[in-house]
Amino acid sequence: MLARRVIPCLDVDKGRVVKGTNFVNLTDEGDPAELAERYASEGADEIVFLDITAAHERRGTMLEVVRRTASRAFVPLTVGGGVRSVQEMHDVLRAGADKVSFNTAAVAEPELLTACADRFGSQAVVCAIDARRLPQAEGAAQTWEVVTHGGRRATDLDAVSWALRVVELGAGELLVTSMDRDGTRSGFDTDLLAAIASRVRVPVIASGGASGPEDFVTAVRDGKADAVLAASIFHRRMHSIASVKAAMAAAGLPVRPVEEAVA
Amino acid sequence: MTGSKPRIAVLDYGAANMVSISRALAAVGADVVVADEPSALADSDAIVVPGVGAAKPAMNHLRERDLLQPLKAWVGAGRPCLGICLGLQLFFDASDEGDADALGIMAGRTVGLVDAPTLPHIGWNSVEIVRPHPLLEGIPDGTYFYFVHSFAPAPADEGVVVARTTHGKPFVSAVAKDSLYGLQFHPEKSSRAGLQVLSNFLRLVKPATCRTSATEVA
Repeated sequence: MLARRVIPCLDVDKGRVVKGTNFVNLTDEGDPAELAERYASEGADEIVFLDITAAHERRGTMLEVVRRTASRAFVPLTVGGGVRSVQEMHDVLRAGADKVSFNTAAVAEPELLTACADRFGSQAVVCAIDARRLPQAEGAAQTWEVVTHGGRRATDLDAVSWALRVVELGAGELLVTSMDRDGTRSGFDTDLLAAIASRVRVPVIASGGASGPEDFVTAVRDGKADAVLAASIFHRRMHSIASVKAAMAAAGLPVRPVEEAVA
Repeated sequence: MTGSKPRIAVLDYGAANMVSISRALAAVGADVVVADEPSALADSDAIVVPGVGAAKPAMNHLRERDLLQPLKAWVGAGRPCLGICLGLQLFFDASDEGDADALGIMAGRTVGLVDAPTLPHIGWNSVEIVRPHPLLEGIPDGTYFYFVHSFAPAPADEGVVVARTTHGKPFVSAVAKDSLYGLQFHPEKSSRAGLQVLSNFLRLVKPATCRTSATEVA
């Protein structure tokens, strides 16, 4: 039985893990490779690095982080942020990442998803969809709009239609973030997740709004998500991966045990 | 070479997981050689064939780098070889993915996953051991490993099947025949359990010198 994944996400700026609110007031939280290794040993099913370094300062810092992480943490590694070409994706994969997540770049140049999927396979191409609820007319179905640049820019794209399109273009997985819930710790937008997950065959990763273990259960049960991503609740040690998985297991969801018994 | 670490040639034909596999093998005690041309296979104790993605471009890349015939000759001589994911699928006659011919060193085809609720099959899934094999020594039945694929081999000879996994319908997730081994999951991404399998492989390759247990390095 395929386990539902629990994925900690690390924001990385100039090679260091940072945390802050809306990319301001960033504080140094340590070395990405060290933190990734710790999460892996605590039972993380996968690690996501989100590179928030400004483009002009990038210069391969992230590649070095990926290289060091892949030598120490033997779990799948996804890198998001700043990859804009097949060659850049090649470099990230060769550094040891398994997948690359595209967000703003996919909206700006959708064909990039196809070019990368043709070259590396759909399984390596994740499309991140940041979505915000639109005002709902009386009696009309809820809709969501795709936003980019950390939620600062609207696109006019309907989130569900965009999801169908990017899968068609070659995305093998969708990372769906509710910008209404992101950073609020008020729970995932399960309506958004279900609206997308019920229409696509590729796995959907839920993101944005985790406050506690019960939210992981509802993201899977009600949102139909295959995996659940969270940042602050893990970094601030409010909840452990073990406690999240225990809640999921108690709710009858398949999870990979934290302690794999290896003789 | 007696007394030294097992020397493992990881075929480099552009597969994305080549680096991760090399690092994981090194972590469990292999002397890893990245082999992008035939001469790099000399003095190696075993070959590892990585791979993610489709069969046809992979076969083309192997051919372009003149690695196809040396690989066939290696396996034909009964020397140890481990295929991982697409690397395993290439052992068979052909693949339904892009209708590609493969190496034909194991009878059967690579076919699409049947009744899969999600595709690609991405994530950790349990491996049900069909028959005990040294490659899976120390791995309890039902242990989770990491998978990323949409196709899996359907061997003509049931005797080669070592393990199965279910996503929709059951599919073959590990095979072994003489010194030829194949894993549909990614041991290099499967944490301690994966390192244990790679460690087992090194022991099969060079029994006298390899006593490393994955638990000592993970």
